[in-house]
Amino acid sequence: MLYSRATKALAIPLISIIAGFIIGAILMLVFGYDPIQNYQNLLIGSLGDVYSLGETLRNMIPLMLTALGFAVSSKAGFFNIGGPGQYLMGWFGAIVFALNFANLPTWLLITGSLLSGALLGGIWSFIAGFLRAYFGTSEVITTIMLNYIALYFINFAIKNWLASKGSDSSPNIARRASLNTDFLQKITNNSTFNWGFFIAIMTVFVIWVYFNKTRSGFEVRSVGLNEAASRYAGVNVKRTIIIAMLLSGLLAGLGGAIDGMGNFQNISVSNSLPNVGFNGMAVALLAAENPIGIIFAALLFSALQIGGLSISVYSNTPSEIVDIVIASIIFFVGIKYIFEAALAKNWLKRMHKKMDRGADK
Amino acid sequence: MSLSTILMTVFSTTLIYAAPLIFTALGGTFSERSGIVNVGLEGMMIVGAFASTVFNLTFGIVLGNATPWLSLLVGGLFGLIFSILHAAATITYRANHIISGTVLNLMAPALCVFLTRIFYSGKGQTPVINQSMGTFTFPGLAEIPFIGKVLFTKTSLIAYVAVVVGCVSWFFLYRTNIGLRLRSVGENPAAADTLGIDVAKYRYLGVLLAGAFGGIGGAVMAQSITLNFSASTISGQGFMALAAMIFGKWNPLGATGAAIFFGLAQSLPIIGGYIPVLAQMDPVWFQIAPYAITIVVLVIFLGKAVAPAADGQNYIKGK
Repeated sequence: MLYSRATKALAIPLISIIAGFIIGAILMLVFGYDPIQNYQNLLIGSLGDVYSLGETLRNMIPLMLTALGFAVSSKAGFFNIGGPGQYLMGWFGAIVFALNFANLPTWLLITGSLLSGALLGGIWSFIAGFLRAYFGTSEVITTIMLNYIALYFINFAIKNWLASKGSDSSPNIARRASLNTDFLQKITNNSTFNWGFFIAIMTVFVIWVYFNKTRSGFEVRSVGLNEAASRYAGVNVKRTIIIAMLLSGLLAGLGGAIDGMGNFQNISVSNSLPNVGFNGMAVALLAAENPIGIIFAALLFSALQIGGLSISVYSNTPSEIVDIVIASIIFFVGIKYIFEAALAKNWLKRMHKKMDRGADK
Repeated sequence: MSLSTILMTVFSTTLIYAAPLIFTALGGTFSERSGIVNVGLEGMMIVGAFASTVFNLTFGIVLGNATPWLSLLVGGLFGLIFSILHAAATITYRANHIISGTVLNLMAPALCVFLTRIFYSGKGQTPVINQSMGTFTFPGLAEIPFIGKVLFTKTSLIAYVAVVVGCVSWFFLYRTNIGLRLRSVGENPAAADTLGIDVAKYRYLGVLLAGAFGGIGGAVMAQSITLNFSASTISGQGFMALAAMIFGKWNPLGATGAAIFFGLAQSLPIIGGYIPVLAQMDPVWFQIAPYAITIVVLVIFLGKAVAPAADGQNYIKGK
């Protein structure tokens, strides 16, 4: 091949991103809005100063972790739509721990909260993995059902156990349990940027190592590629399914825990499942489920979401235009076959030209 | 409250909530039977809900009582148009079905709320519709003692239509040539192709039917339950319909039954308060029970879910 695999792997997302922005621009022109002004506001609103940058990086955290969670189960061949429920459980677990063990030493308080959040998320997806492995129950249904069970159970728990009478939110966690420290607030102009960002980035690398350098990660990928062949080769398929699903929920749960401790500081009753779980899916798909790619895909998504807020502040353009751009980008990633075919055609043409020239000599 | 009144309430509430799920689950069945995985049902419902609401608000004054019914057709039409995106991406451009379905779920709320803001002076939700789908009492049938009151008084006509459509869909898939061909391209596209069946054509048919049915499902939701359109009009019903389709083992009758069960599930928290013994319990248990029961039923009785053999696989000629 004339162009290397790496350029091709980058070319498709880049073409898709540009095409997505063009679709957004066309739509804005059709309805009489100024695309250049809006995209400029978007850029400034997401990366223009330390505050926006802090917000964008913070918003990346749950996107990266739910995307990783989705990617892990997806590599094993499972469609885990349970991200929203697992994220909620993680958020809930972290807040409950932080409120109940507020007297622990700081390091133990924070680690304990993060772990109990991740663990609750993990238990939630483990149920789906276990049922899939031993009863063949479709993980699509069980994760959808578990999403709603989590939502209603947590709402109930907040109202009856955590919140004071008549309130819909738990009290705030202790300041020292928060991942958002005074130092970080000072350097990012009071944004919600928190230490969780570094935990998330580290987790991405751990998962990359897991997939590429460990036996268990290899088994997960092999079961995803061909379950029967893996079984024949001696892989314990049941165990691998459970590991993949468990890991998936641990990651989404960790995302919820960090968001709870770094961003929200408490947990409130909600009417619907958090969008972040579904957005994580989109991030994973844009990154073709590559852990390192997820960092960049999450950055793009996050910048669009945070920058989108300022679009509607500085003009009367509906901020939903940003979500249309996001959806278009994923659409173009999906139909990458067209670009691949076009690139391949170009390559053939160039080859022919070269050969023709060769024949002339 | 008398037993018959309680049962009437349970039955009619169940049907009201089941109707959108039945249509959408049937849509999902057509799509997946033809081999195209459809996680984009939620998006198709959103488009249907939006289009039907805009139509209702615009033409309600002129069309009067017929408006909600015509709105359903408009919702179906726009759902169908929207689903072309999924069909073209997966069938013609070989996209991963889950990516494409996710695109529908991302695109629909974005586009519809965007347009809502443009049409209704910047607001994220439409005004409430004047012509909505009310309850219906079957003339004659309602006179039957007990059963008449429970089943045919103040009930949801569209749900009865949905059940009939479910039966027709079963007949279509299992007793007609077109249905057989549609299923064959979902089971073994290469074999179907060898027999001269146009795989792409039947897959397009499956997805477009899903779009139309999903659109109608979303429209039913807007015309009979939420009565306006906003970002939260459709909140998870598409995924519930997806679950109903799998629960019903990709069979229109099964999907219809499962959707009615989920309808009962969604109505439980509402009717729980009317039933003396249950009124003592915390409503959270009614909210959780249906989802937990679904999992238990699935594990104990249904076991392994077997999708159509070529579900989710792109068919590339000559490969």
